[in-house]
Amino acid sequence: MAELLVDWKKEKKIATREAYGQALVQLGKDNPDIVVLDADLAKSTKTSDFAKAFPQRFFDMGIAEQNMIGFAAGLATTGKIPFASSFAIFATGRAFEQIRNSVAYPRLNVKIAATHAGISVGEDGGSHQAIEDLALMRSLPNMTVLVPADATETKKAIQAAAAYQGPVYIRMGRLAVPVLFTDDYNFVIGKANVIREGQDAAIIANGLMVAEALQAAEELSAQGINTTVVNCASLKPLDRDTILKVARQTGAVVTAEEHNIIGGLGSAVAEVLSEHYPVPLYRVGIKDTFGESGSPEELLQKYGLTSAHIIQAVKSVLARKNEKSDIN
Amino acid sequence: MPNIQDMARIIRQDIITMLAAAKSGHPGGSLSAADIIAVLYFSEMRVDPQNPNWPERDRFVLSKGHAAPVLYAALAEKGFFPKEELLKLRKTGHFLQGHPDMNKVPGVDMSTGSLGHGISVAAGMALAAKIDNKDYRVYCLLGDGEAEEGIVWEAAMAAAHYKLDNLLVILDHNGLQIDGPVKDVMNLEPLPDKWRAFGWNVLEVDGHNIEELTASLQVAKNFVGKPTIIIAKTVKGKGVSFMENQVGWHGNAPSAEQAEAALAELKGGNSNG
Repeated sequence: MAELLVDWKKEKKIATREAYGQALVQLGKDNPDIVVLDADLAKSTKTSDFAKAFPQRFFDMGIAEQNMIGFAAGLATTGKIPFASSFAIFATGRAFEQIRNSVAYPRLNVKIAATHAGISVGEDGGSHQAIEDLALMRSLPNMTVLVPADATETKKAIQAAAAYQGPVYIRMGRLAVPVLFTDDYNFVIGKANVIREGQDAAIIANGLMVAEALQAAEELSAQGINTTVVNCASLKPLDRDTILKVARQTGAVVTAEEHNIIGGLGSAVAEVLSEHYPVPLYRVGIKDTFGESGSPEELLQKYGLTSAHIIQAVKSVLARKNEKSDIN
Repeated sequence: MPNIQDMARIIRQDIITMLAAAKSGHPGGSLSAADIIAVLYFSEMRVDPQNPNWPERDRFVLSKGHAAPVLYAALAEKGFFPKEELLKLRKTGHFLQGHPDMNKVPGVDMSTGSLGHGISVAAGMALAAKIDNKDYRVYCLLGDGEAEEGIVWEAAMAAAHYKLDNLLVILDHNGLQIDGPVKDVMNLEPLPDKWRAFGWNVLEVDGHNIEELTASLQVAKNFVGKPTIIIAKTVKGKGVSFMENQVGWHGNAPSAEQAEAALAELKGGNSNG
């Protein structure tokens, strides 16, 4: 439980993409094999920080995401560690088949670091809000999928991705989000972190929904409902042991993600629970619909991605859990 | 060691033999590329069969991955793996996949098969050599129908932009694709003008003429500042008279009888090759 900042709500909010830019510069200093590619969005994805520090190792590929992934694959065959960045919709959508056949299939050491995921992109609207990127990436053999919750975890996830040998997809956001974790936060690929404990229900979240889950847990606690909160940044490999442990401890699970409820964290948790330990489950996420233009905060509200929605979901699974125990 | 012409003829025989054994695969585009591949592996490229992952080696990317048999034949003849393995092409559990797999086949530098990817990856390899000031070269065989893929032109743009003069693409211009002649399915001409407009050094040769191929590779090697494409005019199915210029032989394996006839013709050496 350590490692969570006590006063996280008072901290200055930072977008995970900002942390990505800083993490890349540090990596560039530590490892000469790091190279970075972007597709004309360097100022937005923050790879521009790296471009400034290491111009000889930064390559703008222009607005051509498929070719960016192909180049990254070629660089990786020679021992380089390429980070290829764009918005999540273009990185995973436009270049999906390059990622599939030229990165995942040959298991090349390419890191696809995408920003502007989810509806919190805001005003640019539905065409630019990736709600399916995790489903796409999670379905690929050999692919590791990371969804950091805050700036601290993003830096650790980027370091872990660079140290790992193989393809990694890292999903980041545009919106400034609360900083939740202290610098000694321990990020390990394949491990979920229990960041709050309670016996009534478990909330398993990732990305910007982790802060909402913590907020929900706090408000529920005031109402006498104690919840466990799990940060599941490593969507793949999934930490089945921790998911099953909290399911056994609480008997009711809510997932929370800024992604379509089809194919992301909710689906992954449902797969594990239904095979090994079925308990009442509610998936908070985007309900199989595209987004639209608007302020990020209003969209998160409109599409059901706030602490209030998580609270409702917890009450719903608790009711089902109690129903079940009444029958028994 | 046999001369390049003889090696090309041996490679063509290997192609027929392995496709007949596999009972599926792509003879037409493998045979059209046999002379090009023979020149690359037996006179041009710096590779070591004893050390397939040698960091200083020249790289080869078969962007038209369905021509895997021509690459496997060359690798086997070069000594990357025993020749008898060719007979297990496409069999369950065997390492010779229907399309090249870099993690399974010694000497294969990139997994390919999905058209258009290879040239993009090859350009990435060439960029890596530039970053590290290494002198290895990257060779890539592209199909003509393949050039209908958009990523080919993204890669062409980027390779010229980054001045990848250590990248050499050979276009196996046999003029046929699955649905018919390239000019009828989706016309690509004027191909040389298109590549020139994209900033490439363009050479045009007879893709079955060993001397022309060898000379053009030398020209490409000495050309500074731009990537080079050699547009090699070829005949699909070259060397087997009943397969030549026949679209139906793109993706069908010969029967035992057809293979026998083809091998007799190739061994006779009468295909003006």
